[in-house]
Amino acid sequence: MAEKVEPAIKEATTQDSALEKPTPAAVTQVMSRPSPKLNTSPTHGLWALTNRDLKKWYTNPYQLIISLVQPVIWMGLFGKALNFTSFITSGAPPGVNTNAILQSFFGTTSYFSYLVCGMLIFIVLFSSTFAGMSVVWDRRFGFMNKALTTPVSRGTVVMGKILQSVGRSIIQAVAVLLIGIVLGMETSNFTVLGIAGTFVVIFLVAMGLSGLFVMLSLRSTNWQTQMAIINLLNLPLLFASNALFPVKIMPSWLQDVVKVNPVSYAIDAIRQLLIGATGSYALWVDFSVVVGFAAFFSIVGIVMSWRLLSK
Amino acid sequence: MKMITSQPTIEKEGEPIVKVEGLTKTFDGKVMAVDGISFEVKQGEIFGFLGPNGAGKSTTINMLTTLLPPTSGKAEVCGFDVHKHPNEVRRNVGVVPQDYTADEDMTGYENILLCGDLYGLPRSDSKPHANELLQLVELQDAAKRKVSTFSGGMRRRLELACGLINYPKLLFLDEPTLGLDVQTRAAVWKYIRQLKQDYNMTLFMTTHYLEEADGLCDRIAIIDHGHIIKIGTPDELKASVGGDVIVLGVKEAEPDISSDISKIDLVKGVTKTGNDYRIKADAGEEASPQIIDLIRSKGMHVMKISLTKPTLDEAYLELTGRTLREEETNRWAMMSQRRTMRTARS
Repeated sequence: MAEKVEPAIKEATTQDSALEKPTPAAVTQVMSRPSPKLNTSPTHGLWALTNRDLKKWYTNPYQLIISLVQPVIWMGLFGKALNFTSFITSGAPPGVNTNAILQSFFGTTSYFSYLVCGMLIFIVLFSSTFAGMSVVWDRRFGFMNKALTTPVSRGTVVMGKILQSVGRSIIQAVAVLLIGIVLGMETSNFTVLGIAGTFVVIFLVAMGLSGLFVMLSLRSTNWQTQMAIINLLNLPLLFASNALFPVKIMPSWLQDVVKVNPVSYAIDAIRQLLIGATGSYALWVDFSVVVGFAAFFSIVGIVMSWRLLSK
Repeated sequence: MKMITSQPTIEKEGEPIVKVEGLTKTFDGKVMAVDGISFEVKQGEIFGFLGPNGAGKSTTINMLTTLLPPTSGKAEVCGFDVHKHPNEVRRNVGVVPQDYTADEDMTGYENILLCGDLYGLPRSDSKPHANELLQLVELQDAAKRKVSTFSGGMRRRLELACGLINYPKLLFLDEPTLGLDVQTRAAVWKYIRQLKQDYNMTLFMTTHYLEEADGLCDRIAIIDHGHIIKIGTPDELKASVGGDVIVLGVKEAEPDISSDISKIDLVKGVTKTGNDYRIKADAGEEASPQIIDLIRSKGMHVMKISLTKPTLDEAYLELTGRTLREEETNRWAMMSQRRTMRTARS
């Protein structure tokens, strides 16, 4: 420990003489602003804050790789072991139209492709829950307070947190999609518009979910509480959705829960856009729900930030 | 865009740059953290807030730096009301928090630029300024290294540079030398003096190190339990203790001869704890032989004697009735302070 301090002090002492008496020219140069051309727009600092968080991530690829382990396990082990397509096709007596059965349950004949679409939102869900954790760390280590003593808008601070989480979600979703294709996802129905639409949905869901979790973390300096909230919310949001299983086989009370879970609508939209599955709802219904969800939580997040960050 | 006019409103030497009147902060409607304090900070001075943990120092600094809205009272910083024009205040002041807030995954230089971005400084302005500040705190050689490789002292200096990026007229420093080793503390003091002398900056600092307040501050406010007990120059505070302190250890605990001692002309006050008499006197050198004579004449025995000229410690003990070591505060503040001290020593 001591040897780490040493160079700093040497540095300090060797330059003492040079700094003892700064020239008057240097004085005016250092401490008077050349021209007060400050950026006072309400969104200034947004990119700086977003990039600060993203940088932690893209300079440390291990985090990205580790975050992909879970969906890979789900797709590779769960998706391949509990493959409903072979379950139904290999078990059905001859003469039964297995494709019609698969269609009626999954809206497509490939369960694996069905699952990959669910996994795209799964990764967004798990990634977004951690948007709140980064707020908790920033609060505990004082960065949040430092940012709040600058003229940066409170809404910008929250928006930066949401956007960095959205950025991560999108990159992770791209990786999951690529892995899914490698593992045997059906790509025959891919269209440019479909893929673009899929990522619009991912963007919106990531926005809504990050907004939700950032909002829940704004007053917290305790990461244990935050972990508890994450665990409380993310598994129910996953299992009470159509991510893994068709809604049709669920008990009716669970179907009602699935109907109010915005995650279901996002996955439903992605399945229609990406693999041409028959959806449970019309595409415009899915989109309206997802847009509403994203708008609600990002606006509420920003409004709450004004109240909660200034107490 | 009309808010760009953050032109200096106060330029004259000696004019107050911080005006606080009846400032109060209550938490949850009952805990009085700051209870109706009033004071002024003059342009160009180093003003110190001295008090134990939990006295209300950080709450006051948080209100003045617009982090907390006051419950009642008024505070004007650089001519702007902290509650009505928080952004004007924020543009004009720099803040060096107690915590080590620099991002460990970024370099020192990048951290300063990030602060500049948050103030809305264009990069064309903040880049050369960041380099100048790195030079000021003698970190130019380490600037391109990640902060995670910095020592505690280097981090503290980086925090100082970050707080200066927006060309502040007034710099708030919250416990700037907490946990630092002697050499780094001396370096930080040097920078603080340099900012005042060479750049005519006003500095508002909190500390619970008496020698720091004594050696660095032009004026000190002693704060305890949310009240300002006294404001003055270090010398004024020391004088207010009223003379020297003699501590006498007597072999016999009984009888109590306090009243006899206080009859001596030079003696101004006597308190007895156990076998010890704590005596305040005007001229300690002359008073002590008289007191010893008195004790002997009672057939008692003097075991030890000490004579102390007033220090800020004495003044502090006198005014608050306790030493700075007797601290009480909430768990989170304590944890944050321990973390700061750990980092400082790494």
